[in-house]
Amino acid sequence: MKYLHLIWAALFRRKTRTILTLVSIIAAFLLFGLLDAVRVSFAEAGQSANGAERLQTGSKLSFIQTLPMALQARMAAIDGVKDVAFVNWFGGAYQDPHNQVFTFAVSENYLDVYPEVSVDPGQRKAYSDDLNGILAGEVLVKKYGWKIGDKIPLQSQIFPNKEGSKNWSFTLRGIMKSKDDKAFQSQMIVLHWKNFDETTPYNRGQVGWYVSRVKDVNDADRVAKAIDALSANSDHETKTQTEQAATRNWIKQLADIGLIVTSIMGAVFFTLILLTGNTMMQAVRERTSELAVLKTIGFSNGSVLGMVLAESVMLLLLGGLIGLALVSIINASLPAMSGGMITNAAVGWKSWGLGIVLALAIGIVIGALPASRAMRLNIVDALAGR
Amino acid sequence: MKFLLGLLTFIVVIIGVIGFLSLPWQGLLLLLALLGAWMWLTRPGQQSAQVTGIGVGTIGQRLGSSAVIVIGIAGVVGVLVAMLAMANGYSETLRRSGSDDTAIVMRGASASEVSSVLGHDATVVIEQAPGIAKDDAGKPLASPELVVAANLPMKGGDSENDVGSVTLRGIGDMAWKVHSNAKILAGRTFTPGLRELVVGKGAQRQYAGLDVDREVKLGNQTWKVVGVFASGDAMESELWGDADVVMSAYRPGGSSRSSVFVRLTGVDAFDAFKAALTSDPRLQVDVDTTANYFGKQGEGTSKMIRAIGFVVGAIMAIGAIFGALNTMFAAVAVRAREIATLRAIGFRGVPVVVAIMLETMLLALIGGALGGLIAWLVFNGYTASTMTAGTTGQLMFEFKVAPAVLWTGIKWALAIGFIGGLYPALRAARLPVTTALRES
Repeated sequence: MKYLHLIWAALFRRKTRTILTLVSIIAAFLLFGLLDAVRVSFAEAGQSANGAERLQTGSKLSFIQTLPMALQARMAAIDGVKDVAFVNWFGGAYQDPHNQVFTFAVSENYLDVYPEVSVDPGQRKAYSDDLNGILAGEVLVKKYGWKIGDKIPLQSQIFPNKEGSKNWSFTLRGIMKSKDDKAFQSQMIVLHWKNFDETTPYNRGQVGWYVSRVKDVNDADRVAKAIDALSANSDHETKTQTEQAATRNWIKQLADIGLIVTSIMGAVFFTLILLTGNTMMQAVRERTSELAVLKTIGFSNGSVLGMVLAESVMLLLLGGLIGLALVSIINASLPAMSGGMITNAAVGWKSWGLGIVLALAIGIVIGALPASRAMRLNIVDALAGR
Repeated sequence: MKFLLGLLTFIVVIIGVIGFLSLPWQGLLLLLALLGAWMWLTRPGQQSAQVTGIGVGTIGQRLGSSAVIVIGIAGVVGVLVAMLAMANGYSETLRRSGSDDTAIVMRGASASEVSSVLGHDATVVIEQAPGIAKDDAGKPLASPELVVAANLPMKGGDSENDVGSVTLRGIGDMAWKVHSNAKILAGRTFTPGLRELVVGKGAQRQYAGLDVDREVKLGNQTWKVVGVFASGDAMESELWGDADVVMSAYRPGGSSRSSVFVRLTGVDAFDAFKAALTSDPRLQVDVDTTANYFGKQGEGTSKMIRAIGFVVGAIMAIGAIFGALNTMFAAVAVRAREIATLRAIGFRGVPVVVAIMLETMLLALIGGALGGLIAWLVFNGYTASTMTAGTTGQLMFEFKVAPAVLWTGIKWALAIGFIGGLYPALRAARLPVTTALRES
């Protein structure tokens, strides 16, 4: 620690070079932070405490097959099931047929299954009383500037209404807010399943999928099996998964996010190691005579090694911390910039930790060669400039 | 004043680089030709060529630091090219699925086939529309098809939880004539009326157990795989079976279809075909050429991949630019005396600037080529899959490192080299001769 000022002075001996290198390091860690935030937000999708006790039951055949409504009562009767809600895909689009808004027709107890979603009690009552009412997520409300009581025209991509037109009109009765910023309900619209089922001639009492809660999380496996057993060997066999498993499966089908992120990061850090490694080599080569002087006045081989190593680690740490701090600032403004598409991009302590460990490791790797060279320096040769 | 000047150069450089990045290859060729002519014909040009020769000739002595530029830029270009190749392969696969002389008819305002329903009456009417080509027997080349989804276990996962969604297409015999790309690779086609499947090559690669003569379970039904087909497009990711059998498995008692594919008599027949169907009071349908339909489906995703590629590439490029700056500043510092000597014996600033920039850009070019080569070796033909918006199954596609993608990578490399060389070059040219000569 007492050599800190010495190391610092050595680091900024050539300001331009150090700053240029620093910017490269910052760029690398900026990228690291952004990509890691993406990776983490995908990896942790559906991993909330509330999500762990929710089970999703869909048709085993495929996700577009529907299930009979009668299953609800039978599922609710299973020991260990707290409550059962159901959902249908509505496939809404707002204004432009290609501007998709996630819209679902849901059962009356849907909100009970998602305790992390909060709706003002007055608004919830207004929604319950109005068969044509809808609830919209706060992100959507903000994005489109809707107000309570507005008529919202939605075009269903699949279902026509009674008149055979796919243009539906609903009244906005309430706003769904997410308590922990993770609930996707803040970006979707729900309407009464009853309204949906009665209006469209194509549904006839069918349910897209069921969402149920178990009383005890540890019991989830048994309950899932019991639910699937209800319709075994029928023409509507079901597959029940925890919300977590279902989400993970879905993301896996979307893309191998982990692989993409890891390979980009590999390329970035490989390049970074070469780049800063070269800088450190230059820096040490330039200071050969200075290091020899240090040794002459009594610095041991070990402390010279330590100082050069510390210099490279410090360079990396400095760049890494600035880069990660920048990511924090950028990510804080991401939700606003992306219109609410990204809600959960904060740099968690895991990303910080991983970043710092990486900075330390890379610092040691690139410092090792110049440091050992500095350590083995022969004083006489170095001073003579040989 | 000095700061303002610096800022001005910076802005000019940025505008120049943006202009350069949007240049077609003919433009670059022209630039190269101009540069060559200038070097050949004018005196400062000839001097530049000589000084460049000295710089390039001594690269060997600075191999380590020069390698930093090459490898740094290779990294940027490699990642950029890989991402663009992914977007390219994806949209290519979808584009190949469509053509201008085949059309798809779906129920009005359906975003994709799976959300479309056409009753039996409607499909019969569509088959009679004008503009459809006829086969030898005089039957219209129209193929009513049913699209549903099926869950299948993925390869390399546990069969309970790693299930993926695959598109199951119910077809009739006309389908093979309309989708003329599709050819049976192994086995045979399904027998109408039986629960038999032919599987696409891509689907076979992605899902477990899709081998000829094996049985697969879709829900609680057992189907037999009897053949494998290849089509080189999006349909290769699908399973095909007899439409009526698929219908009875998914919507017992119904006779509807999702869409009708037709082969037109020619590209120009489309307008008449569309007009006839849209004005028919019995129908409420959307008609599109398949080229347009599949193109639209892939648009969003490929745009997104491209955008991610450019953002990641841009951040990496910043890092590489500063790496190149560093290296070239060091190179200029080492050669300060040499450069000053040149200027002392009468060389002007321009040759010095040009020489250093050319040297950097040469290194950048090598780096760009290297990065492109690595990306090509590793990723060309690499297969990936994704869930496309609005469809029911995963889409398998291959990364495609096309010349246009490589060209973009090379342009980026040159732009990085340009910025990385400019400032060191300006400094070398500005440094007072006397100071530089005295510097150790």
